[in-house]
Amino acid sequence: MDLVELKALAAAEQAKFKPVRVNCCTSTGCQAAQSLEITKNLAKAVKDRGLGDRVEVVGVGCMGFCGRGPLVQISTDDQLFEAVTPDQAAGIIASLDGGSTDAEVGDVNHPFFSRQFHIVRKNSGKINPDRIEDYIASGGYQALYKALFELSPDEVVTEITQSGLRGRGGGGFPTGVKWATVAKMPEGQKYVICNGDEGDPGAFMDRSVLESDPHLVLEGMAIAAYAVGADHGYIYVRAEYPLAIDRLNKAIKQAKKYGILGSQIFDSPFDFKIDIRIGAGAFVCGEETALIHSIEGKRGNPRTRPPYPAQDGLMHCPTLINNVETYANIATIIEKGADWYSQIGTEGSKGTKIFALTGKIRNNGLIEVPMGITLREIVEEMGGGVPDGTIKAVQTGGPSGGCIPAHLLDTPVDYDSLTKVGSMMGSGGMVVMDQTTSMVEVAQFYMDFCREESCGKCIPCRAGTVQLHSMLTRLLAREATAADLETMAALCAMVKEMSLCGLGMTAPNPVLSTLNYFRSEYEELLQPMPARLQNSAVTAS
Amino acid sequence: MSTITPTPAAPKAQPDKRFKILDITMKRNHYRQDALIEVLHKAQESFGFLELDVLEYVARSLKLPLGRVYGVATFYHLFSLKPSGKHSCIVCTGTACYVKGSGKLVEAISEKLGIQVGETTPDGQVSLSTARCIGACGIAPAVVFDGEVKGKLDADTVLARLAVLAETE
Repeated sequence: MDLVELKALAAAEQAKFKPVRVNCCTSTGCQAAQSLEITKNLAKAVKDRGLGDRVEVVGVGCMGFCGRGPLVQISTDDQLFEAVTPDQAAGIIASLDGGSTDAEVGDVNHPFFSRQFHIVRKNSGKINPDRIEDYIASGGYQALYKALFELSPDEVVTEITQSGLRGRGGGGFPTGVKWATVAKMPEGQKYVICNGDEGDPGAFMDRSVLESDPHLVLEGMAIAAYAVGADHGYIYVRAEYPLAIDRLNKAIKQAKKYGILGSQIFDSPFDFKIDIRIGAGAFVCGEETALIHSIEGKRGNPRTRPPYPAQDGLMHCPTLINNVETYANIATIIEKGADWYSQIGTEGSKGTKIFALTGKIRNNGLIEVPMGITLREIVEEMGGGVPDGTIKAVQTGGPSGGCIPAHLLDTPVDYDSLTKVGSMMGSGGMVVMDQTTSMVEVAQFYMDFCREESCGKCIPCRAGTVQLHSMLTRLLAREATAADLETMAALCAMVKEMSLCGLGMTAPNPVLSTLNYFRSEYEELLQPMPARLQNSAVTAS
Repeated sequence: MSTITPTPAAPKAQPDKRFKILDITMKRNHYRQDALIEVLHKAQESFGFLELDVLEYVARSLKLPLGRVYGVATFYHLFSLKPSGKHSCIVCTGTACYVKGSGKLVEAISEKLGIQVGETTPDGQVSLSTARCIGACGIAPAVVFDGEVKGKLDADTVLARLAVLAETE
């Protein structure tokens, strides 16, 4: 297949689209609320009314507003129906034909939608993720073609470097630098890995991207492989995401059929195949060296770095590891150019970021926003604030991040600002907490998580998280003293400094940030210190 | 294996169809040792849990030390070395579900069934477990009943659903 044929196929597919497309979300969240049955009923209603020649029902990926699902959207006027039930399907179709419906109509001009900027989610909720033809019709795989035939591998790396894209998995390492390191390694077997082990509780961006637009990730990986000189890729997905795995499997099979994956892609000398590896439930496998061990069929223990995977990775070959969302940015950067991409966002953080806005908030779901937007804009304008209550804190970055108090809501959302306030970007979980949430309990919740998920290889993390958890438990049982608080802070610093991998290094963050911003909550739980110990505690600290 | 004649009465006679499924999976992966996790996934899917003889069989077939196979099987949370109930009830305890009260759901279920997280009811009907995050945060709190995700639950709806589950065969 060449570009002419690819474009012809895209045009032919677009011509096949019926004038009115009724999009129904079929992602995990909406499926749990019977969206598959709704899709079936919608299709049946179209048939019953004889509208088959101008209306089609499409099962699409995530539309983002998961809290109000299942969602149905009409393509012609963008009308959005929320919280649809299967028996409302007939009414919705009738409304296209002059009838009326009792389905709830959503406000698509609400800031929740209007403040978003879609790069990664450009096709989400618009195309059928089970059909490669839908992706091609929306211009898919043309960026890969452009990379293979118009750019040299070096030029691709330069483009990515200039775009200012940083790793979306949480660390924020400049993507271009990583690519250049792998590309510079001597020729030979190299690998490309996509990290889809989205372990942060409260985050589901990667699941949504994989479920809604799997080909976008495959295209990004293929471009990456071409740029660094790899011919084999792995996607590591959590076993908890069966729908994403299923859709990826289908996507890979379809891409192979069209000659877009496999050998001699687009009849060029470039070969690239992708295999899926399924995780088995270990949070630490999100760490790159642990993930590599897991792909090799071993226990997911991390190892010391350097050497970095870029030099010594999978099967000891140079390996490029990026997150799902990072790869999903690549095709657009190649298509529209680094200059276009680098205009979006802030000085140090370019582009957009997807957040999973959840917790005690009115509008919960997925949002893709340009970097630099403030937390207040996200939580209050887009999220609509806390239902009956006030915001106490926003937790970002999962178990590695921290709780940002309400008075810091004007902090812009970018890598550096979030780190400055003691949290981190993380993979994009954003959990809103209101006045009823106890911050000490939140800290205990995260410490329990880290304690369970610590792989046990290094002692600071293995023993430190257990100690911190028992201290927090004692505190909540009102058995701790002020001296314990000091010990806890010291232990946090120790675990942070001395742990082997990112899990341990960031595990104390939820404690440290809550201790910093909500110290009074900790102090209220303290036991009065016996007078004879008071002096010694002061000297000890 | 084919030389052993199975005794009809023995429940674990070796030419078990499930071992054949394992063989096929391993063959498809060219008996590569790095496919261990894939093979164990398949084993758990067909046997329900990872019995010692299954682990031994996998170790022998992939030419791996049993310790390595056992090490991997015990490292990952999804692999279970104990038999589980007929039905599964997995409560998500991710942050969003936690903030929205998944702890209360676990308490209610565990009180109703009389078992703790990670246990199975004495009649072998229902196993209760928790998940780190199933990524259905938009509809928190969520519970997975036999692979089917249900969201926006409270204690009453969960218990009602559980009663249905406990009665289905």
